Amino acid sequence: MQFQFANQGLAWSDAYFLAQGLLNTVRLAAAATLVGTLAGIVLGWLRTVSMTVRIATAPFIDILRSVPMIIQLILANSLLSILGFGTSPFWFGTVALGAWMSAVTAEVVRASLLSVPVQYRKSARSLGMNGYQELLYISMPLAFRTGLAPWIGLVLSLIKDSALAGVVGYIEYMRSTQILITRTHETWLLLMGAGLFYFLICYPVSRYSRHLERKVRV
Amino acid sequence: MIRISNVQKAFGSVIVLKGIDLTVEKGELVCLIGASGSGKSTLLQCINGLEPIQGGEILVDGISVHDPKTDINKLRSKLGIVFQQYNAFPHLTALENVALAPRVVTKRSRAVARALAQKHLEHVGLGDKGDSLPSQLSGGQQQRLAIARALAMEPSYMLFDEVTSALDPELVGEVLETMRLLKSEGMTMVVVTHDINFARESADRVAFLCQGEVCEIGTAEEVIDNPRKEQTQKFLRRENRKPLEIVRSSVA
Repeated sequence: MQFQFANQGLAWSDAYFLAQGLLNTVRLAAAATLVGTLAGIVLGWLRTVSMTVRIATAPFIDILRSVPMIIQLILANSLLSILGFGTSPFWFGTVALGAWMSAVTAEVVRASLLSVPVQYRKSARSLGMNGYQELLYISMPLAFRTGLAPWIGLVLSLIKDSALAGVVGYIEYMRSTQILITRTHETWLLLMGAGLFYFLICYPVSRYSRHLERKVRV
Repeated sequence: MIRISNVQKAFGSVIVLKGIDLTVEKGELVCLIGASGSGKSTLLQCINGLEPIQGGEILVDGISVHDPKTDINKLRSKLGIVFQQYNAFPHLTALENVALAPRVVTKRSRAVARALAQKHLEHVGLGDKGDSLPSQLSGGQQQRLAIARALAMEPSYMLFDEVTSALDPELVGEVLETMRLLKSEGMTMVVVTHDINFARESADRVAFLCQGEVCEIGTAEEVIDNPRKEQTQKFLRRENRKPLEIVRSSVA
């Protein structure tokens, strides 16, 4: 009897497998962007108003910004497992990528808020607005214009970094590509395809940001 | 009535105001003049609580500005202030600039706030500029916009902080015209200015500040035309000289 590998070449059913991986990448990136951005806005704002918060959160920001994502993912995975959170790889990825996103977004938010000229804030306060009204109607809209472009850069970076979530067992697009490469040895074709699809996810994001930037320019 | 009594103010170790006493009656226009660094602008920003003070008291209609128990935001809507830099919010149109505070501070409906804003824009001669962004307006127009924005809170007092100093000379007139209009309508105004001519023709009283103190106060005729104190005379002589002469004398 002759031994034979099943389905050694690429088959149409693999396209479905890849599409699932692609969808997982988009889900993970979207979830981490949402969680990280919301947390980052709050953190960044707190860091502008309170010296205590700034000092207390500095290690969080510095460590997350400086340690490679792959190490963070593995550590987060181990830590959460030890603590008994037997959740899905999707949540491990979201927590790790979201934490990184919150740290880097916080710095963009902080810098953008600090770039709002003090005379606008003074004017707003002199009209009787309280601190929160000033933040909502003056500082945040102006900071948004400054922070939009760097923030989009972070989102693109996050989409690409999500490719590392394979190490915690999440079958995102890169992981599914690697699985197929291992089986079929169609390295070139599959990697070209993966590169193309990452580009197709990222390009609209950066196009849209450019459009938004033009629209809100003052 | 604004009553300033024995106000002291320091930035770190630099003492800016050394016990200022000044009273501004309802309907009065008081000009504060003095050299740069004499504390005029600081005093103005103390009046609406933008700057904290280290001693003394400022009462606006009997309410203490720096008392922590005072609702400062409510008090500030009584005190309009216009700065040297026009500070029109760059992301809002002229109309939105004026309508914002009535809508969020005094909680008027959007329609009412916009109608109010339009009224005040017309008041300062910008009725047709409602849809323009500040970047599309000239310096003089932006400064009038800032005046309209302050007026929309329907303040009892207007504070002007060197509002014409950053303007091109040909744009100064339109802003002064707007201020004269307010004066003719009976607005109580405190005006920090380098424009001695404006002070002479419009002020009910002129206060000359020197090194953090009120050096001389009285009618324009008394302080500007017949100053008694030596510092006032020196300051006015310098102000009256043409800039070219100052250059010449410093070169010579």
